Amino acid sequence: MTSWLATSAPPDAEAIAERVFTALADPSRRAILAALASGGPATATDLAGRLPITRQAITKHLALLAGAGLVTAEPGERRRVRYRVRSAPMQVAQQFLAALARDWDGPLDALKDHLDRHARGSP
Amino acid sequence: MGFPDRIERTVEIAHPPAKVWAALTTAEGLSAWFGQEAAIDLRPGGSAWMKWDSGHTADMRVERVEEPTVLGFTWRIFGLPEDDPRRTYVEFTLEPAGAGTRLTVIESGFAQLPEDVYRTAYDGNADGWRKELDELAGYLGAA
Repeated sequence: MTSWLATSAPPDAEAIAERVFTALADPSRRAILAALASGGPATATDLAGRLPITRQAITKHLALLAGAGLVTAEPGERRRVRYRVRSAPMQVAQQFLAALARDWDGPLDALKDHLDRHARGSP
Repeated sequence: MGFPDRIERTVEIAHPPAKVWAALTTAEGLSAWFGQEAAIDLRPGGSAWMKWDSGHTADMRVERVEEPTVLGFTWRIFGLPEDDPRRTYVEFTLEPAGAGTRLTVIESGFAQLPEDVYRTAYDGNADGWRKELDELAGYLGAA
C-alpha cells in the first residue's frame, strides 16, 4: 500500500505530488486530515463521531490517504486502529507547487517596461 | 514533465548591460520594477529585501556579484511557512546582444527533499501542519 515509504530508494517526487493532490481534492478527506492534525491520532469510529461522514466512507478515505502516505495506521486490532497524519509527502507536493507558482514572466516584463520608461525620461 | 528543480527564462532587452545591471542591483532600480520598496547591500553575503503593498516581503542574501554580468542571491521558497529554512538560488546573467542585453534568470533548488531533521521538526507540530494544509488547500481551490 505504501511501498515507496518502505524502500530506501529516493521516491519519485512528482508521483508523490500527484497522489497528494488527488488525496486532497476531496473535501471529506481534507476534513479528515484537519481533524487528525488538530485532534491527534484517532480511529475511524472517533472520526465518524466528529465529522458528518459515515464510518464506512471514512474507512475508504483513510485507505486512500494512507496510499498517498498522508496518514499512517498505528498497530492495533481492527476497529481500534488509530491513524495519524504524516506531513512529509505534503512538503514534497508543496515544493512542486512552489516551482510552478514562481512567476518570472511578470517581473521580467516589468523590468523591460521600467527600462523603457527610464530611457524615455532621461535621454 | 519531471520534478521541476529549476525555472529558466531568457529575455532580450533593448538597453545595454550597464542599465540592466543598475535596475537589478540598486534599491532604486529594484523598487521601480520588482518590489515596491527595496534595499540591497551589494556584496557576497550582503542582505537585501523587497516589500510589496500587499504586506509580502522577500528577504534575500546576495551570493554572487560580478558587475555587470552575474548577480546571484538566495531567497525563501515561495509558499512555504516563514520558518522554513530551505531557499532557492536565483542567478541573473547579462550578456551584451547588439545594442541591448540578453538577460537570463535561472532559479534552482526547488527539489530539495525534506531531510530527516526537518521531518522531525514537523511531525507532531499540529500548527505547522494546519498552516501547510490551509496553504495547499488554498492553492488547490484557486487552481
